[in-house]
Amino acid sequence: MTPRNPQQIRVLAVRARVGVIALLGVLVAVLFRAQVLRSSDWLLQSQSNRLRALTIPAPRGVIRDRAGRVFADNVPGYSVSIIPDRPDSMISTLHRMREHLELDDGRFEELSAQARSGPVRPLLVSVDAPFAAVAALQERRSRFPRLLIETRPKRRYPAGRVGAHVIGYVGEINETEVEAREGEGAEPGWIVGRSGIEAQYEPTLQGRPGIRYVEVDAEGRIVGSFAGVRRVTEEPGTDLELNLDLDLMEWIDHIFPEGMNGSVVMLEVETGAVLALYSAPAFDPNVFAGVVERSEWNRLVQDPESPLYHRAVMGSYPPGSPWKLATAAIALDLGVVTPSERMPVACRGSFVFGNRSYACWRPEGHGSLDLAGAIQHSCNVYFYQLGVRIGLARLLEVGNRMGFGEPCGIDLPNEAGGTFPEGVEFWERVYSYRAREGEALNLAIGQGPNDQTPLKMAQFILAIARDGSAPAPSLLRSTKAGANNPSWSLDIPQEHLEQIREGMRRVTGEGGTAYLSSLEHFDLLGKTGTAQSGGGRPSHAWFTAIAGPWGEAPEIVVIALVEFGESGSGVAAPLAAKAADYYLRGRHGIPRDTIQTLGEYFRAGRNTAWARRPER
Amino acid sequence: MRSLIAPLWQQPMVMVLLLLSVFGVGMIYSAGVLEVPSSVTEGLWIRQTVFLGVSVVGLLIVSRIPLRWFEWIAVPAYVLGVGVLGVTLVAGTGTGTAEGISSFLSIAGFRFQPAEAAKISTALALAALLASREEPPRYLRDLLTPAAVVGLPLVLVLLQPDLGTALAFVGIFFAVIFWAGTPWPLILFAASPGLGLILAFSLRVWAVYIVLLAIGLYLYRFRLYMVESVAVILGNVAAGAVAQPLWNSLAEYQRNRLLVFLDPSLDPRNAGWQLVQSKVAVGSGGIFGKGFTAGTQKRLAFLPEQHTDFIFSVVGEEFGFIGTSVVLALFGYLFFRMIMMAEAARRSFAGLFIFGILGVWLTHVFINAGMTIGVVPVTGIPLPFISYGGSFLLMSWMAAAVVVALASDDS
Repeated sequence: MTPRNPQQIRVLAVRARVGVIALLGVLVAVLFRAQVLRSSDWLLQSQSNRLRALTIPAPRGVIRDRAGRVFADNVPGYSVSIIPDRPDSMISTLHRMREHLELDDGRFEELSAQARSGPVRPLLVSVDAPFAAVAALQERRSRFPRLLIETRPKRRYPAGRVGAHVIGYVGEINETEVEAREGEGAEPGWIVGRSGIEAQYEPTLQGRPGIRYVEVDAEGRIVGSFAGVRRVTEEPGTDLELNLDLDLMEWIDHIFPEGMNGSVVMLEVETGAVLALYSAPAFDPNVFAGVVERSEWNRLVQDPESPLYHRAVMGSYPPGSPWKLATAAIALDLGVVTPSERMPVACRGSFVFGNRSYACWRPEGHGSLDLAGAIQHSCNVYFYQLGVRIGLARLLEVGNRMGFGEPCGIDLPNEAGGTFPEGVEFWERVYSYRAREGEALNLAIGQGPNDQTPLKMAQFILAIARDGSAPAPSLLRSTKAGANNPSWSLDIPQEHLEQIREGMRRVTGEGGTAYLSSLEHFDLLGKTGTAQSGGGRPSHAWFTAIAGPWGEAPEIVVIALVEFGESGSGVAAPLAAKAADYYLRGRHGIPRDTIQTLGEYFRAGRNTAWARRPER
Repeated sequence: MRSLIAPLWQQPMVMVLLLLSVFGVGMIYSAGVLEVPSSVTEGLWIRQTVFLGVSVVGLLIVSRIPLRWFEWIAVPAYVLGVGVLGVTLVAGTGTGTAEGISSFLSIAGFRFQPAEAAKISTALALAALLASREEPPRYLRDLLTPAAVVGLPLVLVLLQPDLGTALAFVGIFFAVIFWAGTPWPLILFAASPGLGLILAFSLRVWAVYIVLLAIGLYLYRFRLYMVESVAVILGNVAAGAVAQPLWNSLAEYQRNRLLVFLDPSLDPRNAGWQLVQSKVAVGSGGIFGKGFTAGTQKRLAFLPEQHTDFIFSVVGEEFGFIGTSVVLALFGYLFFRMIMMAEAARRSFAGLFIFGILGVWLTHVFINAGMTIGVVPVTGIPLPFISYGGSFLLMSWMAAAVVVALASDDS
């Protein structure tokens, strides 16, 4: 224990008292200044004038196609809000508003609940009020003292239904999202992306809202901006440029078979860029631009044709014959066949394996074929034997490497992965029996437990058109190097790939199933498919194609799928061919025409000599 | 029963605390009276009253413990306190508005802040350490061990991260070394790296400060080891060097709180909004205030955290300058009583501990009341005995109980 000198302790105690007085004195002095000297300033602000923070909404980024044509932009709209007050008086104002502004019961209840929770920010009644309603409210201002009408940007989709699925739509933010995005300054009334590109690039498109401060008087009328606190300027969202070609998509919408459902996908071979992504039936995204009317929403959701469903990336269909190209690619990758080799059993209309007979679609048979011939004639017997050679385990292994059970990784939310067995265990897991070698025969011709999205098929055909490697299809236009890094690749020599393409070329050549869809100015390499849809309904029609200028490297891949379209060659092939012709003519400066395929030339009575030229 | 309660009446300090606490319950009740019903603040005053009852009973018991016992448990309590702080860092949780901070520990459904208990045990340990010395600290190296004793829990609290509570530990350190008789230039030199850290945001100001510091050290050269002078300079240079990286490592809300102190319009949505609203509330209270429960800013829920960190704003709005000065005067009286008790204490251990607690409370009062009127940056730190918070109230009362126990020792 330190014996302390009483004198020293007294000195310390005096100093301590001085210190305490100094610190508390500073506080009292500042409080005196604020509460006594300057109190009237503050009183004015707290009683007669109240400070309110109002959000200045930031316009969303504009979405354009590759040529700068607008998919989505903003136009001024009017929002109607009520400045916070006592809950019962806010609710009675809401009641009175219903005379002029359409508010269904659900929305009214929602707003009343918000009013009861005592909002600090204005209560947003309508993000997008019709002009007539705004004018009516404005005229009766005295009945609506705390009314706040502001202009705020409203989303517009000039392309309408054409870009509906891929661009998506917007909607008002919900409570959970407001909490999740509090850090970004989210608050009720925010318009956020709900699907498609709008949802995928939501943070980029959103921008940052600004804030302005206003003083309101005792009746809640805004009397001016608040001096002393700066306004915060809003930052508009970033504009996006997409790989899509809006004109092309409008053309596809125009030529898509009336009253039928399905989709068309077009990719650029060099980059994997998505040139067109179309799904029918479509809807008008403009109805979502403001607050969606419940009745309109219900109509879209309950429509038996499911117009909201993005078939190109979410719809899974049995791939049928086009998948024979995958069987061929897998066989070549594994080196179990050479393109010129003929299969030991010639096609006589069926093939016996184990104790079962597997039929070819042509009862008379195709005879002995090489790879290109088998593709041209879509001969089942050839591909059954290829399936046996590959074997079930290896077929599944390479199929999975090519991502047939997974999404391609396109920059869209909710892409479906399709169905493809992950291994032989699949049969036990799903069907509760051990897989037999015979499963390989069904898979080899595109049947069995195998469902693919049109986009996935497009990505696969892309690999055939390139060097066996496939990048993920991309919507956002990017100049970044390495943007088209392959997501998978096959080990197939270029001359073998050329044999697959040769088979596809013959499909649209004289005597091929899609001969009538061949084009005057361009090479069209295709594969038709008519895949059983099950349930006794008509089959789905597929056409998967590669196209480009004559005798030159392929430039695009195009896939058409028409649900219950019955005929690949009759319905899907002309659709794909006309889309390809439209795009390629534009790309190569050839005047466009509505008469495009050989079939149309015939019907129009035009000269068709080009279709029989020797170099084709 | 009479003999149990009697000492309460004889202790003016306890009476002041009771007065402050009852006033606090009233303010918490008032903070719950809103135009807009809020389940958060309604009825909290009842909980606070229950805790006040528990606290008073606790004081009656703890204030009877002999001084010697506290000397014995000083070191084990300190080790335990630091250990629990370590556990809190790993297993702690946040609460309410401080969700991101791991400062609470729940045991059997009861949640408490270990840092509050650690303040008491750290003050005990520091008092025991300095009381065991023959002489007051004369050189900077004499302050090394005391600094380490406070630094360890301080760093653990800072990692939670809870800047406000960490500052209370700084308060303990300086109050205790002051009462230990450390010469004032030495205290200034010890504090200088902290000052250097703040001034480093302007290179020019910092350069002037370093020159002044060097002159000070030169004038004091005969009472300081050369090594220590060099260490002070190096410490300040280091503080200046880490200032920028440290700033960058702060969370955005922390930076905003510091910046809005200089310009409230910088973050008008969050921190700036709090400050502006609080200033309007306090300022509009005027001399006499708007009356109990009648604050308009508060009623419309403009005030943030009005039952905890911003309770002083409610006092200012409803009771005006009279109310705020009376509250500060009560605190002033409390601190004077504590200085008197320290002066009268027979053992230096008692006086040193009393100053440790004085340091904690003075820091809390100055920062909490100061932030509501923009004197100091907004820091999440409650007003002792008045702000809502069960475990905080209980621990403040326990600290008071130990003060009473040590002061009434007559061995």
